[in-house]
Amino acid sequence: MTAPATLTEKIMARAAGKDRVSAGEIVTVDVDLAMIHDSGGPRRVKPMLEQLGATVWDPEKVVVVSDHFVPAVDVESAQILDLTRKWARETQVRRFFDMKGICHVVLPENGLIQPGMMAVGGDSHSCTGGAWGAVMVGIGATDMLGVLVTGEIWLRVPSTVRYSCTGSLPPGVSAKDIMLHLCATVDPVSMNYRVAEYAGPAVEAMEMSERMTLCNMSAELGAKTGIIAPDSTTHEWLERVGAGVGERELQGDPDAEIESEVVIDTPNLAPQVAAPHSPANTHDVTDSIGTRVSQAYIGACTGAKLNDLHMAARVLKGRKVADDVRLLLAPASTKITAEATRDGTLEILTEAGAILLPSGCGACAGMGAGILADGEVCIASTSRNFQGRMGSANAEVWLASPYTVAAAAVAGEIADPRDMLT
Amino acid sequence: MKIDGKTHAFGDKIDTDLLSPGAYMKGPINEMAKHCLEAVDPDFTNRAEPGDIVTAGFEFGTGSSREQAASCLILNGIGCVLARSFARIFYRNALNLGLPVMVCPTAHEIAPGTRLTVDPLAGTATEEGGRVHYCEPIPERLMDMVAAGGLIPYLEKTRIT
Repeated sequence: MTAPATLTEKIMARAAGKDRVSAGEIVTVDVDLAMIHDSGGPRRVKPMLEQLGATVWDPEKVVVVSDHFVPAVDVESAQILDLTRKWARETQVRRFFDMKGICHVVLPENGLIQPGMMAVGGDSHSCTGGAWGAVMVGIGATDMLGVLVTGEIWLRVPSTVRYSCTGSLPPGVSAKDIMLHLCATVDPVSMNYRVAEYAGPAVEAMEMSERMTLCNMSAELGAKTGIIAPDSTTHEWLERVGAGVGERELQGDPDAEIESEVVIDTPNLAPQVAAPHSPANTHDVTDSIGTRVSQAYIGACTGAKLNDLHMAARVLKGRKVADDVRLLLAPASTKITAEATRDGTLEILTEAGAILLPSGCGACAGMGAGILADGEVCIASTSRNFQGRMGSANAEVWLASPYTVAAAAVAGEIADPRDMLT
Repeated sequence: MKIDGKTHAFGDKIDTDLLSPGAYMKGPINEMAKHCLEAVDPDFTNRAEPGDIVTAGFEFGTGSSREQAASCLILNGIGCVLARSFARIFYRNALNLGLPVMVCPTAHEIAPGTRLTVDPLAGTATEEGGRVHYCEPIPERLMDMVAAGGLIPYLEKTRIT
């Protein structure tokens, strides 16, 4: 019998063709899925492939998503999107999602992230895939070239830090608040090369989109990736999108050695707000009440999934956005826009004054509509508030949950969403 | 391979938007490189000379997976980065692009403008005045790739065709 192993170790051992691997060991793994997007994908790897005279190892395992420069606002972005389309066609990548939404959301919507998978993505938020009990890590374009040519990558097996969320989330508090709270309280250097495993009753009770937020912001926590053990909620999602559970699913052993465990007192967590210019500058919302905002932004892979729109609607129903604030809404995918239309959420949000923007990385990455002028203050449901990321280096971005962003849009200043839930 | 140059000092959490601002992502990389670190040090790109060394605190390169963060440093002539810790994607990207980067626990103690000689294989950074800073060395096999200019030139050079 082999020694007990964590979920991450088991997945990496399977992908490395070994009986077991240990934290700290460097292994070469077979990649089950490689995701690239319009920014770091074809336009970067195409010249490198040509320089080496190499071809893609298996187009069936490659997914291409155009989400950063969409829709084209100038000739430069149009050229990049055109190059991406042509490359996907020439390379015979069947799974090409052109302007369907943000990669980290589009992949699971199409059932492409399966429990037990070893996946890589050419984007730092690729860790989102861990919500399905897969190991998915972010890499740069040259590392991706290696994967595209060989189907393999060398990785260090991370030790596991378990974040156990007790009880249940109080009203007006969400997975985003858990992650902002952790960004402020966990030393990111301590998470370097570690995997963040989220567990406990509050996580088990979460639907997939909230679990995605946990894994997504593992990047801001400084972790290699995030992971959550697959369960019936995971299976229901996969069945609903017509994918099925697949055959790779694994579970960690309860007695496996982990590096440490952090317990989060979920029932007593308040809404969190990160002040500029780092997610680590997070405090309870009550510390920032009254800070004036000029823009409220609900968008990005972190904060514009269907559930995020529902949170915003719970605050905005029957209310109006303040006169001197613009509320921008960029649903994370076209499918989410359609679902939010069907279930009435979009009507609540637009009646309140939200301005609907295209699905894509948009203002979060400083590339799409909604970027900021000198001196402007934005509160956003996104994951990063680095200086200059959303436009001017002299603008401020505050991070919060969709509840808190919506509350600020109504009040014209940072406000406690718990007083506004409908 | 040794690197000789003067240092440019930065603090903690030098993120990928400071190194390679998103607003310039779709344009040519040379244009983006002119804005490298301008939000925290507007004069950096004017002062930087070939072979210079960037020193920094914790979490250097945190944020995006964009390789342009390392490319912008290379295009400004930076020959090496010494930091108290690196974000892992940046660390891999830098080595893949031929930029030596080393974890140096005392990087924050090196005054800006210090002349430094860095030996990545030995894992040392020696000040002109003699003080030696000990870093995590870059393994020889990886240094072969770094010295070749990164993974692509290395593969071109070594691949049996």
